[in-house]
Order: sequence, then C-alpha cells, then structure tokens
Amino acid sequence: MLEAFNFRVLLDYLPLFLKGMWATAWLSGLSLAGALVVGTLACGGRLSRFRLLSALAGAYIEAIRSTPLLAQLYFLYFGLPSLGVRLPEYQTGILALSLNSGAYMAEIIRAGVLSVSWGQIEAAMAYGLNYFQRMRYVVLPQALGVTIPPLLGQAIVLVKDSALLSLISVFELTRAGQIITSERFMPAEGFFTTALLYLLIYYALKAFSSWWQKRLIFVQPA
Amino acid sequence: MWLYYFQQLVHTFPFFLKGLWMTVAVSGLSLIMGTMIGFTAGIVRASRVPVLGKLLFVYVDFMRGTPFLVQVFIIFFILPEWGLQLEAFSAAVLALTLYAGAYICEIVSGGITAVPPGQSEAAKATGLNWFQRMRHVVLPQAMKTILPPLVGQYVLLVKDSSVVSVIGVTDVTRVGWFTVQRIPEGLMVFGLVGLLYFVVCYPLIRLANQLEKRLRVDFGGL
Repeated sequence: MLEAFNFRVLLDYLPLFLKGMWATAWLSGLSLAGALVVGTLACGGRLSRFRLLSALAGAYIEAIRSTPLLAQLYFLYFGLPSLGVRLPEYQTGILALSLNSGAYMAEIIRAGVLSVSWGQIEAAMAYGLNYFQRMRYVVLPQALGVTIPPLLGQAIVLVKDSALLSLISVFELTRAGQIITSERFMPAEGFFTTALLYLLIYYALKAFSSWWQKRLIFVQPA
Repeated sequence: MWLYYFQQLVHTFPFFLKGLWMTVAVSGLSLIMGTMIGFTAGIVRASRVPVLGKLLFVYVDFMRGTPFLVQVFIIFFILPEWGLQLEAFSAAVLALTLYAGAYICEIVSGGITAVPPGQSEAAKATGLNWFQRMRHVVLPQAMKTILPPLVGQYVLLVKDSSVVSVIGVTDVTRVGWFTVQRIPEGLMVFGLVGLLYFVVCYPLIRLANQLEKRLRVDFGGL
C-alpha cells in the first residue's frame, strides 16, 4: 500500500492541505462561537417562565436534533436565495453549523445550569452574596465544571461536521482532499492525508479536554 | 408561483417516499451489522485482550477522529484502487456499519466496565465459565447502561446516512437535491426532507429519553 503512495505529490500539495486545515480551524472556531451564542439563547428560552418562549426554543432544539446537518445545510444553501438572502457559501456554512451545534449546546448548558442545586444558591444568599457574587463564585464554577467536558466533545463533533461544508464548495480540509483527487486522480494520497490531519485536530482537542478535566476537579453535586 | 411549486412538489412526493425507503434500508442494514460488530468489539475491548485490544483502539480512534464524509470517500474512491470495487449502496452500508460499529463498541465496553467487578468475581466463584458469566451476569446488567446511548446512536446513524447521498445513493437527501434543481424552492423542498427525517428520528429520540428515565442505573451497595 505504501509503495504506491506518492509522497512527492503530497509535498507539492502540502501548502494546499495546510491552507485547508487553517480554513477548517477558523470555520469551526467561528461556528463554535456562534453555537455558544445560539446555545445560550436557546437554553435561556427553554428555561424561561414564558410558555411561548419555552415552547419555541424547545421546538427549535427538537427540530435540529431530529434532522441531519446535511439537510439543514441544503435547506439554507438552496432556501435562503428564495427568501432574497444571498450569502457567500462560507457564511451559509457557518450559519448552518452554528444553528445545528447551538441546539446541542443548549442541552449541554441546560444540564450544567440545572446541576447546581438550589441549596447552593440559598446558602450563598444566606452568606449575603449578591447576584453577581453568587454567579461568579458559586453557580458558574460548578456549572462550568459539569459543562466544559461535553462542550469540548461537541466542539470535536463540530470540527468533523465542518467537512460537510465542502459539499457546498467551501474550501476546507476535505475540499483539499477532493482537489488532489480530481486534479491528479490520487484519492489515496488526498483522503488519507485529509484523515490524518483531522486526526491531529481530534487528538489536540482531546488532549486539551483531558487536561482541563484534570485541572478542574469539582465536587459532584449531590 | 409558490402554489405552483407546491403542487409540483406534491407530484414528486412518491419519489420522496422511495428515498425515505432507501434511507431506512441503508440505515437499517448498517444498524443491524454495526450492532453486531459493535457488541463483539466492545466485549473484546472490555475483556482486555492484548493485541486485539490495541487494534480495536486504532479502529475506534480512526472512526471517531475523522469526519464520516472522509470515511465515505476513502471507501468509495480508494478501495477500487486496491481492487475492491463497490457500488454506491454497498459502499454506503459498509461505511455506515464500520462507523456505527466503532461508536457502539465504545458504548458497549463502557457499559461492561460499569458493572462492578464483584459481580463477575461472584459468578466465577459460583463456577460459571466466561460465556455464562457474560451471558447471564455481566451483559444483562450492562444493558441498562448500554441501551439508552445505543438508541441515541441509532438516531445518529439515521441522520448520518444522509451523507452517503453524495456518492449517489438515492436516499431522501439526494431526492431533495434532485428536486431542488427543478423546483427552486429550497425551503419547501428541504423542509419536506427534514420533515421525513423527523418522522423517523423523533420517535427514536423519545424512546431514548424514555429508556434513560426508566433504566436509571443503580448498582446498590456494591
């Protein structure tokens, strides 16, 4: 298998792959930021006392979670122009990824917030901490401890999902593999390299996740 | 115009149903085979078999660390170079099976490890051999931990099956993609696609939630 592997061509295409990796990184980074915003809003809506808001946020979360990302991506890609909205492909991609990941983020954040027991907040009140102090020193540190590991897991999913953007002709890592396949007819060189680079990102994120978990050991709420 | 397109869409609805059937067929077949591979691999992994365990580790990490789209491309474009030419349907089922197998392997080995070792030791002391221990003691208890995420994985499987539309499997997503070329109303066409996925996935999600509630794992005083 390896004797058929053309490393010279790989060397020629190395800049392209690095560019693709960089594109994957910033596309996922922006989508992650977007997903956190969407997720926080949706979570706030879900936990809201207003029935309508809560129902709307719930419908959004369920709709996203029970349909595939590819269908959502095509929905926006083919659908936005008929609403008169014309975005560049990469913006459509970031929008789709943010909306998709945001629904999962909302559930993760909700679990984190609900994991802090009411007794903790009452105790902090009894100590005379005000709202911001309670949030800063009592609620958020505990919620974060529970939330960060699944959030990083979702970030890994997000990076892998960003591969689908290549299907609406956004240039990123998978697209780089497709380019080498169509220009040189070398799918093995193209896609194994792509897979390897994704693995690099995966391991980096996983290492960061376990480092974080070791650093933040919180008392599990009863 | 909108009404006209809607009527056109109603006319093409039988094709969507055919596509839905293809989605169900592809994901159903991979579900069965992926479960078999996943359970076998998971039991082997939890039993800490020396060399095989390491190999499984590589397999699972590759599947979890790379995007499914790249795996599909590897199977569809690279296997023919090595003399294994698969048509789109078989390639799709193979890719989905291997992909789901890796995740199910993780779920199963996690479930088995969660059963307290005292259970297995007690069974050994009673004179049960390895198969009897697995069959009558460990697996029945592990199933409580395994079942909810397993059903969740099936939902992911159905959703991820949309990706195989890119290698030419005419599932719902591909039917939508064809239709949108003739009926340029992306929101309507992919709204329908999403709805069809929703019909399959939402009951499964509810089932997973139900199972999670009912099978709260309680290993008591062990």
